[in-house]
Amino acid sequence: MLTKGRELAEKVGAELTAVMLGKDIKEHAKNLAEYAKNVLVVEDSRFENFNSEAYRRILSALITEHKPVLVLMGHTSYGVDLAPRLAAAMNLPLATDCIDLAFEDGALAVTRQMYGGKVNVKAHIRKAETHIATVRQATFAPLKPTPPANGQITEIALPLTEEIQEKRFIQYVLPTPGGVDITAAEKLVGVGRGIKDAANIPMVEDLAKTMGAVLSCSRPIVDKGWLPTDRQVGTSGKTVKPKLYIALGISGAFQHILGMKSSDLIIAINKDPKAPIFSFSDYGVVEDLFKVVPALKAKVAEIQSKKSA
Amino acid sequence: MDIVICAKHVPETAEAELKIDATGKNVDKTGLVYDINEWDDYALEEAVRMREKQGGTVTAITIGADDSDSTLRKCMARGADKAIRMTDPKFNGSDGYAIAKILHSAIKTLHYDLILTGAQAGDDGSSMVGPILAELLKIPHVTMVKKIELGTGVAKVNRELEGGLEELIEVKLPAVFSVQTGINEPRYVSIMGIRKAMQKEIKVMTLADTGLTENDVGPTGSWTMIETMYVPPVEKQAEFLKGSPEEVATKIAEILKAKGLI
Repeated sequence: MLTKGRELAEKVGAELTAVMLGKDIKEHAKNLAEYAKNVLVVEDSRFENFNSEAYRRILSALITEHKPVLVLMGHTSYGVDLAPRLAAAMNLPLATDCIDLAFEDGALAVTRQMYGGKVNVKAHIRKAETHIATVRQATFAPLKPTPPANGQITEIALPLTEEIQEKRFIQYVLPTPGGVDITAAEKLVGVGRGIKDAANIPMVEDLAKTMGAVLSCSRPIVDKGWLPTDRQVGTSGKTVKPKLYIALGISGAFQHILGMKSSDLIIAINKDPKAPIFSFSDYGVVEDLFKVVPALKAKVAEIQSKKSA
Repeated sequence: MDIVICAKHVPETAEAELKIDATGKNVDKTGLVYDINEWDDYALEEAVRMREKQGGTVTAITIGADDSDSTLRKCMARGADKAIRMTDPKFNGSDGYAIAKILHSAIKTLHYDLILTGAQAGDDGSSMVGPILAELLKIPHVTMVKKIELGTGVAKVNRELEGGLEELIEVKLPAVFSVQTGINEPRYVSIMGIRKAMQKEIKVMTLADTGLTENDVGPTGSWTMIETMYVPPVEKQAEFLKGSPEEVATKIAEILKAKGLI
């Protein structure tokens, strides 16, 4: 996001400013100053944990004062809670989950995905003094800034004048420990929505066992309660990097892709030839997984029995 | 406890191959099956469960053409008491901001303790309607909600963060919660429920009933306007293995064997 922000700023003749909100965060400002001409650091104990209402008030004040042409933030769990509320409260146009941004004749154009990544759209944002956009994670390749921006770090005293009454952070809730550590597995068989029913899970589990692999899955399988949370691969689950990842009936929503794309060898089986998963796989099979899985299991078993013979 | 649930009628596309229509700005909907947006389905279930515990009413509301009635009927078959469909050709081309304004125009006339939306929609995936609606109503919001515990005038909710982590926060009611998938297990609808739902009334509202103007809705009332839609360019493509299921299974097994993976 810093790399993209710097590129956009240079193109429109603007300066890139980074804003940090938090508590005891000053030491990180130096890293941002390599990319941004200005780094604004706002420290307050009430920013220690995320609170969209506290963050919104400070950002509103900063936007009103500095009038940036564009405000970028990550399309993360924090960004989705903060950006729409900020945009509506300030009456500034917003585009969410962008995978590309450009200024065209003074207007902001964004690229985003629809229908779970199956189509892209290019959209124009209503012209305004300030636009807001949230950016999909890991979309832009980070470049070492050359030359470093050597930015000016400014500590800003913008204390919240009143306590936030509407919502209050209580604590973090950690995932239940125990279960299977899929991040330690050398081989993973991942199963997605294409498995259709909980009754079909044993079939893929069988394949995994035969191969000496561990069974993992995409989000819908955990949502439906067919496999426990510790098996989930993706941004809201685990990031894995096995030697082999076999994706069965997984279309490849970006949240899942981010969790498995660094696997050494990826083989995908999916009925939809245009499923995004195929763009991230080494080998693809366009076929019904219910036909391929039993055949593959038999083949693997045959090879292994020859080996041990 | 009066709860409003905002539901969207969307095409199911998880396993469909999509084509772009003649306008170049939308998906060709021919042959696609429509249903309640997956995230809204969880929100609906959550609303009905709370009503069953606490009493009160559940009102389902949608924006769409006549065919969205099937989504509202599903809501009522599951246990929603009332349904509102907001229909006007002028609403077409509304983005999340315009949608929030239209929903706001109807919801502000209702009594509510809690408003539930899905965390996102399966079609545009913009994840913005809930917080904008909350801002228009001047009440708090929480997105990515994975658990709701109601108290007196407050709720304790779990919000999903990344990597399996959640945060527990306390929020004053009334509030808007955008519900994440997996918060519950949506129930199946009984035949009796469907029959009953067919007899219930669906209130229809048009632009004239909203107090909004043409400029507030549709493309002119939106923040974003779609220029073009296209199938994403393929930067890297898998090598496709072809043949019968047995043949591709053999090919995969050979690859695995050659790489020492089996």
